[in-house]
Amino acid sequence: MRTYLKILVGLIVVGAIALLAFILVPVQRTPAQAQLPDDWQPEEGQGEYAMRIADCAACHTAPDGEQFTGGRAIESPLGVIYSSNITPDDATGIGGWSLDDFRAALYDGVRPDGTHLYPAMPYENYRKLSEEDVRALYHYFTEEVEPVRNETPEAELPFPFDQRWTLRGWKWLALDDPGFAADADDPVLARGEYLVEGPGHCSACHTPRNTIMAEAAVDASDEAFLSGGEIAGWTAPALRGPDSAIAGWSQDDLVSIFSTGRNAHAAVNGEMQLVIRDSTQFMSDEDLTAMSAFLVGLNEGTGQARAESETTETETEALIASADPDMPLGTRLYIDNCNACHFANGRGADEVFPELDGNSLVTAESPTGLISMILEGSELPSTPKRPYSLRMPGFADRLTDEEVAELASFVRQGWSNDAGPVSAASVAELRGKAQAKME
Amino acid sequence: MARTDPKKDVVIVGLGWTGSIMGIELAQEGLEILALERGPDRATVPDFKYPKVIDELEYGIRFGFMQKPRNSTITVRRNGDEVAQPMRRLGSFLPGDGVGGAGIHWNGQTWRPMENEYRLRSYVEEEFGADAIPEDMTIQDWGVTAEELEPYFDRFEYMAGISGQAGNINGEIIEGGNPFEAPRSRDYPLPPLKQTVDAKMFAGAAKSMGYHPFPRPAANASEAWTNEYGMQLGPCNFCGFCERYGCINYSKSSPQTCILDALKRYPNFSYRVNSEVLRVDLAPDGQTATGVTYWDDEAGEEVTQPADLVILAAYQLHNVHLMLLSGIGDPYDPRTGQGVTGKNYAYQMNGGTTLFYKDVDFNPFAGAGSVGMAIDDFAINQIDFGAEGFIGGSYIVAGNSNGQPIRGISLPEGTPKWGAGWKQGIGEWYGHSMSIGSHGSCLAYRDCHLDLDPTYTDRHGRPLMRMTFDWKPNDIRMTQFMKGKIEEIAQSMNPDSWQSSFKSEGARYDIRPYQTTHNVGGAIMGTDPNTSAVNRYLQAWGQHNVFVLGAGAFPQNIQYNPTGAVGALAYWAARAIREDYLPNPGPLA
Repeated sequence: MRTYLKILVGLIVVGAIALLAFILVPVQRTPAQAQLPDDWQPEEGQGEYAMRIADCAACHTAPDGEQFTGGRAIESPLGVIYSSNITPDDATGIGGWSLDDFRAALYDGVRPDGTHLYPAMPYENYRKLSEEDVRALYHYFTEEVEPVRNETPEAELPFPFDQRWTLRGWKWLALDDPGFAADADDPVLARGEYLVEGPGHCSACHTPRNTIMAEAAVDASDEAFLSGGEIAGWTAPALRGPDSAIAGWSQDDLVSIFSTGRNAHAAVNGEMQLVIRDSTQFMSDEDLTAMSAFLVGLNEGTGQARAESETTETETEALIASADPDMPLGTRLYIDNCNACHFANGRGADEVFPELDGNSLVTAESPTGLISMILEGSELPSTPKRPYSLRMPGFADRLTDEEVAELASFVRQGWSNDAGPVSAASVAELRGKAQAKME
Repeated sequence: MARTDPKKDVVIVGLGWTGSIMGIELAQEGLEILALERGPDRATVPDFKYPKVIDELEYGIRFGFMQKPRNSTITVRRNGDEVAQPMRRLGSFLPGDGVGGAGIHWNGQTWRPMENEYRLRSYVEEEFGADAIPEDMTIQDWGVTAEELEPYFDRFEYMAGISGQAGNINGEIIEGGNPFEAPRSRDYPLPPLKQTVDAKMFAGAAKSMGYHPFPRPAANASEAWTNEYGMQLGPCNFCGFCERYGCINYSKSSPQTCILDALKRYPNFSYRVNSEVLRVDLAPDGQTATGVTYWDDEAGEEVTQPADLVILAAYQLHNVHLMLLSGIGDPYDPRTGQGVTGKNYAYQMNGGTTLFYKDVDFNPFAGAGSVGMAIDDFAINQIDFGAEGFIGGSYIVAGNSNGQPIRGISLPEGTPKWGAGWKQGIGEWYGHSMSIGSHGSCLAYRDCHLDLDPTYTDRHGRPLMRMTFDWKPNDIRMTQFMKGKIEEIAQSMNPDSWQSSFKSEGARYDIRPYQTTHNVGGAIMGTDPNTSAVNRYLQAWGQHNVFVLGAGAFPQNIQYNPTGAVGALAYWAARAIREDYLPNPGPLA
């Protein structure tokens, strides 16, 4: 009995010590992955460019806030997390951080005081950043950006997720080895892979989350990588595999979507608009080409041949053209509201009106994005190559929940689309949310 | 209350087509530019949003996008013996207000004048003798040629994404285009629009009579288009709501679809709305402008805006009004023929024949502002003025721009104008008529002019501008000639009945019914400071830092819709400013 007690007490003591150690012993920080001279300085503009390719601005800027001062609400499935102030302000930002502190935030998701960052900060991907990019970013955020005092709100997560120390265990399970090694020998493809896997952190949205809500894969060699995810209720479509939203797209199509938010097939929507607005439109032609070439490579062999349907009239088109007064409500609503731009063949017009036939927003498993688009409309970001903030109007004031559901169901099943119907209840729910947001 | 704002390099008065073109061209030079727009801001969404803008009562009848006479109007008389009265309701013409100006609510008919229209006086004198020109006709040469302006038309047409079919590329006649047009350097950027039933019927009849039908050039995009500024148009869907409406569909070329979002990206460009310019301020010696004074509606105060360069880019009537109010050019006096500002105001001479067919469905609900087939066989370079006894010409066209229910239904003569009989007529005839129109020149005359009204003032206390204008026998003879030609074609098309509406001898100008918003002249261009208000680069003769854009520069009206020439002249002037004026400010001629 005494022995048992002793063992029990011993276990409790060991456990307590282990727990205290787990909480209190500083995290081993990942060291620099390459050695640069101490006096290394980024070239003029290199820091800002690194900020653009890593898209720091989109999350670290609140909708009406000053750039990089944080406070943007990031909705996670567990609750709302607020982005931090990354200007070099001593009290509320990253003022006084050393290079190692800065690198640890990017690679290991820890602050200088050892606090763990929630993985809304994509350190799963930033672990692949080159030392040169880390140094360039550090220079930019400590010497080129002006400090701004701005206290950001604490995350609103329920117990136990509000216990940041538990993230240490999560990281043991979730984080891959740091550093980047390209799969491709071709330097262009290798650069593309680096941009996609590392700074571009495409996978943060476009890769599904696993059971512990980590990215199911952070490397393109795994087929789960970029196989589709979700962000703020909108589908971040698959970028490879049978459901790839970019199957059949050319390298130019991709360059055009990154530099202008629009191409012959689609227009960006949802959170991707921020990516165009704050990041990809500023990327060099070389980097856009590299990234696009890499993504085209991921889709090799999955290009759907559309040649046949391009010349044959689809049943949907024939139904629209029939002008039959007894046609279903969804079809009639399409004619009355959508046909003017997207046309009877659902193909729209290059770079102006997106295709609805085969559009990943339309056919996404979750109709959230499509319903929101019909209710609220959308505006494309203005970019140097395509300055026009083309805007689709919202139809919330014109269509009832039932009508939106009928219309959405029609386009989800029209032409070659084959997605599930939409219920009026899900429209009502989103309409309520949109109204609450407006108020 | 009054304030003075910091000086700008350039102030642009009005943000329609010409203000936007000059804005972006000068913004590329890095100049600090402020554009002042009298009306509100406007954008496709929300202002032209579907279906809000498809409202004939609000925009077609109540003129939702037009200037309000209570804010800005003119007085009108038909000759020097009458007392001019203020125009209290819009009617004959519809100047727009707000960002985009009339460029948002036009039909999109985009033409180039004929070669001889730029040198009309010389042409008539050479071909028919000076005696062919009536004593009271004050036509002049423009001081530029079709050849000189060609690159600028090309620039405008490619910027605006015009749909059409070339008829003459560098002298080579192209089948299917207009064989009588001035040579162009290349084809239109977009293929022609699909044609409506009426246009096809007309083209067939015209062709079988030996004429040369061609698609009317259209600023309604036939396909998606991206222009030199990266701005975009989507294909037109023939909704039939062009004129008087903003386009729901990004399909009609306008400052909004073709320029403004690109222009707004320039940090050195800014614009203010609800800011009506009251006058151009001149230096004490009158030799240069020092800027403008405008009324800031929001602040409720007058603002002095100093600037090195003043661009008048408002509507033709307002440009001339500002020149008269500011002392730019000597006011024209019809008694002596002296003075230049306000001289040669001209309008447009149009007519038409409506054809009724019980058994043809024209589907008028599918239309576009500039759809149609035209012939130029009776154009200004095809007519023997000596033999016919008039100077001028028209293009003749059929094409269905709309089937709007309130104004868009033609009824045969004798149908009751109201009640059960009218209803029955509407039921019987909606969709069963078409029309063939003539769009013709209107020349300049000694007494047709613009000056300041001696009696009436506007809300700012400024004298209203006074228009003196009436139809003249020469132009009536021209339109009667067209009537004969059109009726001949109409008859060959075997309608059940037809009726014509052309000005006939003794017709007087009536400002009540809508005719056309093609007011021209008053700030005419030329090569002689004694007979023109601006030089061939649209620069004021007396104040080298003032440029006056728009159709005010036309010394008489062309036989075409003016926007093509207005756009080309804006690019022409922009080039002169950028390459010649900015490096060495001073008179360019």
